[in-house]
Amino acid sequence: MTEATQPIKRRAIALVSGGLDSMLAVKVMQEQGIEVEGVNFFTGFCVEGHTHAIRKKDKDKDKRNNALWVAEQLGIKMHIIDISEEYKDVVLNPKHGYGANLNPCLDCKIFMVNQATLMINKARELAGDRGFDFIVTGEVIGQRPKSQRKETMPIISQESGADDRLLRPLCARNLPATLPEREGWVNRDELYDFSGRNRKPQMALAKKFGLDDFAQPAGGCCFLTDESYSNKLADLWKARNERRYELDDIMLLKVGRHLRPQPHYKLIISREEGENRFLEGYRYMFTSITTVSCPGPLALVDGAFDSEEELEQAAAIVARYSKGRVLDEVTLEVRQPDGVARQVTVKPALPDDVPVAWNVG
Amino acid sequence: MEMSEAMHELDTRRLLCPMPVIKTQNKVRTLSTGDCLRVVSTDPGALNDIPAWCRINGHEVLETGEEGNEVFVVLRVGEDNGALF
Repeated sequence: MTEATQPIKRRAIALVSGGLDSMLAVKVMQEQGIEVEGVNFFTGFCVEGHTHAIRKKDKDKDKRNNALWVAEQLGIKMHIIDISEEYKDVVLNPKHGYGANLNPCLDCKIFMVNQATLMINKARELAGDRGFDFIVTGEVIGQRPKSQRKETMPIISQESGADDRLLRPLCARNLPATLPEREGWVNRDELYDFSGRNRKPQMALAKKFGLDDFAQPAGGCCFLTDESYSNKLADLWKARNERRYELDDIMLLKVGRHLRPQPHYKLIISREEGENRFLEGYRYMFTSITTVSCPGPLALVDGAFDSEEELEQAAAIVARYSKGRVLDEVTLEVRQPDGVARQVTVKPALPDDVPVAWNVG
Repeated sequence: MEMSEAMHELDTRRLLCPMPVIKTQNKVRTLSTGDCLRVVSTDPGALNDIPAWCRINGHEVLETGEEGNEVFVVLRVGEDNGALF
């Protein structure tokens, strides 16, 4: 090991969600001469994936991955890591429990900071000048009720294994000095003391940095914080009699109208063209129903019909959401995953035939 | 094996954002500077996200396009293939 004679350029890895806080945290570090690379974790519950999946082709707005966009604005490299498989354990068995819905925010943050810690440990072991000295997050005390509280900050540092290598530039002055502060790699006086849910300090800082176009998820970047989504996930577990999920399951919970006419089957009905296109991709996995005699939605059947009556009931429900809802009868195609299809003609269900209680979520 | 300009293919059909980008990133980490990669996707968002990812990480986008319900991006691996370690 040889020591460079010039000052060592300190390097940090930053958790970048695509939202404003982590963007500001990176910017604060860059202002202090720290070289930052970003890491963004794909859990499967990211709102990002959803918005991109179902967006309509002709809508130019929001056609961007915010984490990549932030990286481009800040001029940093970005590593996007698929943790969806390992993340299941966080969702199913959160040591610190859930927030208001099925959001395991504290365990999630610990998990992500731990992943970043493993990355910097490995980099230090193998990489020399590609190594990282510390980890940066956009956490703000009091910003999130489950995970970003004064008492959770040390828990995240300790349980992730990052310890004092975890720096939160936006609220660092409310917390004990960390390694990069003590070593003088960053100047504590130029860090911030934000706290609470008030977004004004972040807005002011964004303005100071000349950032005027940014996403505002602040916790809204994960579907598990959404009540309707959490209800759908709970319904899925109940219907299957076990707490378990695959990536496709949680993707499908993001899309369409979910109706459960019977405990053993659920309909996922597209509400617009983008969702239609999205659900198309799953017809090889599920029985699907589409209207033939008039324009209408695509519906996937999660589960199986016990009888011909149930199949017709499902077809009538799908017809209810088609252009032919006022007609006496509508013809639909019921297609099995293997492509074998047949047609049924039914009277579209009336509003009263579809009780609100069937709505999942 | 250090042939430059080798053309590689990556199929990300049916995957949704950000998986096509992640698969592209992971594939590029196994390639060498100058190698070319053609990524095919059914998520139209890939046409924005993969070029954005290339700009951030110093890879060159040679061509993008649509073919029916699919989109494709051809890129050339830049100086740093992004392998973390």
